[in-house]
Amino acid sequence: MSIFINEKTPILVQGFTGRLGSFHAKEMIDYGTNVVAGVTPGKGGTTHLGKPVFNTVKEAVEITGAEASIIFVPPAYAADSIMEAAESNIKYCVSITDGIPTHDMIRVKRYLFARAKPEDRMILTGPNCAGTISPGKALLGIMPGHIFMQGNVGLIGRSGTLGYEAASQMKELGIGISTSVGIGGDPINGSSFVEILKYFEDDDETDAVLIIGEIGGPQEAAAAEYFKHHMKKPMAAYIAGLTAPPGRLMGHAGAIVNARGESAAEKVKILKESGVMVAPTPSEMGLTMAKLLKTI
Amino acid sequence: MNIHEYQAKKLLAQYGVPVPKGAVAHSKTAAIYQANEIGGDKWIVKVQIHSGARGKAGGVKLCKSQREVSEFCDKFLGKKLVTLQTGPTGKLVSSIYVEEASDISKELYVSIVLDRTVQKVTLIASTEGGMDIERVAQETPDKISKITIDPAVGMQPFQARQLVFTLGLPNNAIAAASRAVMKCYRAFRDTDANLLEINPLILTTENKILAIDAKMSFDSNALYRRPEILEFRDKTQEDPRETNAAEHDLNYVGLDGKIGCLINGAGLAMATMDMIQHAGGEPANFLDIGGGASAERVATSIELVLSDQNVEAILINIFAGINRCDWVAQGIVDFLSKNKIDIPLVVRLSGTNVDKGQKILKDSGKQVSTADTLADAANKVVAAWKSQQKIKGAP
Repeated sequence: MSIFINEKTPILVQGFTGRLGSFHAKEMIDYGTNVVAGVTPGKGGTTHLGKPVFNTVKEAVEITGAEASIIFVPPAYAADSIMEAAESNIKYCVSITDGIPTHDMIRVKRYLFARAKPEDRMILTGPNCAGTISPGKALLGIMPGHIFMQGNVGLIGRSGTLGYEAASQMKELGIGISTSVGIGGDPINGSSFVEILKYFEDDDETDAVLIIGEIGGPQEAAAAEYFKHHMKKPMAAYIAGLTAPPGRLMGHAGAIVNARGESAAEKVKILKESGVMVAPTPSEMGLTMAKLLKTI
Repeated sequence: MNIHEYQAKKLLAQYGVPVPKGAVAHSKTAAIYQANEIGGDKWIVKVQIHSGARGKAGGVKLCKSQREVSEFCDKFLGKKLVTLQTGPTGKLVSSIYVEEASDISKELYVSIVLDRTVQKVTLIASTEGGMDIERVAQETPDKISKITIDPAVGMQPFQARQLVFTLGLPNNAIAAASRAVMKCYRAFRDTDANLLEINPLILTTENKILAIDAKMSFDSNALYRRPEILEFRDKTQEDPRETNAAEHDLNYVGLDGKIGCLINGAGLAMATMDMIQHAGGEPANFLDIGGGASAERVATSIELVLSDQNVEAILINIFAGINRCDWVAQGIVDFLSKNKIDIPLVVRLSGTNVDKGQKILKDSGKQVSTADTLADAANKVVAAWKSQQKIKGAP
């Protein structure tokens, strides 16, 4: 198994016919992903990349049975598209869009949690992420598929290219990945490390987890706490931004040290104290995972 | 995006938050005129820069005569003020805020933040106004009260009362304080703010509530729908290199080191900076060139990094996903064909079309040192920088 997506998962592309949506949908299809349809309001009834286009997510889900979706809609309209997916019973959604206003994301999260039973709620990862890949099975994102080797490590990261770096270091060492999930660089994101860790802990094909964090926010500390109390599988981590000055925004809207506990050094300390193996430098993410896997 | 205190007060006053009578002045003559207009015999004058800790740097003064107002303007207007938060270069003072002085009976603290733990908007209040709130939270957490707002319905009056009743105010000031807090929330909500801080919010000796200082910052991703906020932007308060980068849709942060960096992706950029430090150097900047980097974009980025006089070596680290290594390599070669650079340049390419990219660099015959891994790249650029230092005879 892998988490969230596999070779069978029927996938919908929101913002299908736009420049970005078209380019990446084609890459996804070429990778072997089961893309069943796309949505672009006003273009319903047409065909794009050999797949049907619908006006609404509701209609696309009813007709194709799509279970997961990926969003390439521009920032001003992306929050609306995420809520449309949730309302239409999509189970898993990746939002690639960078630059969604924070107040919009707060409303989105409130909307996702409006359904009483957790199993009825859509799982959202991103926005501002590279997406999710279950190597060899399905690609729901914008990453280069060839650097991800199939295997038994679960990967979760706030940064896209740093995730590529980790995946390629592991591949060099013959270590593969069950699923890699990008949770994105925004201050308010669909899922945190903890929410994804739960799925890896229950996944048969995942034996260990690597999380890639950075400065800003409480997520890494929460992951450390969760690991300590709820996980049996071993975990490694790397935190970027040891040299980042406090109070400065480092590219990602969420990468800013505003409060105590948000600097890279403090996060490393908290993770280590919880028993997580921390890579001392970004060039040792693969080696650290190799060392961790030997302990199993 | 940050704005000045006087702009925040103007905005808050529009929402009905009580603020002292005051006016902004861009010259000494205007400052004295405004003091006369406000009337009375004492004024608070404050430099307007995008920084906290202005008071500690001398930029806030109680003036008891027009002569004192005039002296204050002579001392600060048109000059740079360095505070604990501005960095060593300081920020230009191009305006002064003149305000009627208030008689304070109690100093309180109120702020509204995006609380990343609960992923909602949270209001924070404390009886310890005028203090560093982080320290209060650490040392006396019982002096801080918080309420979280349900985004579906917004803040309710009972929540404002809950917060205000913890502040030890006299009964005849409760209603006014609750109203002020509600109005702050509305201003925050309606403007896509990500921070609003009133420190202090005061109770006057006549039991009136007034916002004495105001700090607001806004979500830059939402400015497209807040043209009235965008008008408050003051480019003189920004690092010109960062402004220039933003105009090219690049993400740049100037730092104090000597090794210029050019990287795709914010996380990888931070990681590369860490790697440079680990190898014994210091990064001169953070620069994320983003996805889909064309040859032109790469050339613009190199120019930007070189515009920092402190840069003595450059590291380019690209892990191509949406990018293509050959585009990046072509951008580097194009730049080097038109410009001569006399500092070491190390390039590490990885990911999509890496072989093509490396061939372009090799075939160009340009002075480019290449590296295969992140560690290799950082070690090479730091070694090259150090050996150049030796040639120059610098310590």
